[in-house]
Amino acid sequence: MKARVFVTLKPSVFDPQGQTIAEALHSLGYTGVGDVRQGKYFELEIAAASADRARALASEVADKLLANPVIESYRVEIE
Amino acid sequence: MKFSIVVFPGSNCDHDAYHVARHVLGQDAEFVWHKDTDLKGADVVVLPGGFSHGDYLRTGAIARFSPVMGAVRAFAEGGGPVLGICNGFQILCEAGLLPGAMLRNRDLKFHCEHVSIRVEQTDTPFTRLAAAGQVLRIPIAHGEGNYYAEPDAIAALEASRRVVFRYCDPAGQVTDAANPNGALNGIAGICNERRNVVGLMPHPERACEPALGSADGLILFESVVGALAGQGALQS
Repeated sequence: MKARVFVTLKPSVFDPQGQTIAEALHSLGYTGVGDVRQGKYFELEIAAASADRARALASEVADKLLANPVIESYRVEIE
Repeated sequence: MKFSIVVFPGSNCDHDAYHVARHVLGQDAEFVWHKDTDLKGADVVVLPGGFSHGDYLRTGAIARFSPVMGAVRAFAEGGGPVLGICNGFQILCEAGLLPGAMLRNRDLKFHCEHVSIRVEQTDTPFTRLAAAGQVLRIPIAHGEGNYYAEPDAIAALEASRRVVFRYCDPAGQVTDAANPNGALNGIAGICNERRNVVGLMPHPERACEPALGSADGLILFESVVGALAGQGALQS
């Protein structure tokens, strides 16, 4: 089973990389693009009996290592 | 008095810290590999600067799970003095021994330069010989030193006088222009509630001899030697 984990900075945390990317896009003429937030994306191959178990394991891994709860939040998708 | 300097894969300021402890201060010093589980009789533990585990994932995120960190945590919880420098500070934050986290520098640049920092608190083992408000000239070298914590956590740090160092101008004024990375409240270093664990982004171990352009960092190391000598920890 494959889990996808998306880690992003919390909305309250300033993202200098995202801002720089947004400015680059604006200077390229993409004025329709507003705010940009940069994040991290992980693909985990998980041996689990069910999607729920895979999701639980992916969440545990994200809590423990992939995301820092002080500055980041995450979302899990199971395929 | 013994300094134990933890070496992670990717640490690169471990020898600087060792040099200060052994050759500048004349104390005992020993390296402790991150896979060791004891601190070899440490009186002081230093988590040095560098790029542990290549800074992969997040700075300090993987190092916090090194076997040695259990011993570091026990040492800290027992009241032993722990100094985290740069990447060592980042590791202490990831390990939860200090609050907060580091973001990328606000200008996205790696800053390698001498800066001024103001000593805010002198009741830690690493600042007890400094004067409150004393300005130290110490180098920084980091891309992720932009200290962040939730507003409540920042307020708690300030209320409990746990901001130990702040970026300032040479006259000691804390200004946005003197803040190299965007750290909230100009925070360059903090301590834990018990005040025995101190982390800072600047590198005092690189500023302990006049030949290096500044010896202002020596006061942190002299402070902890004096603090432990006062407790009778020094072998005669």
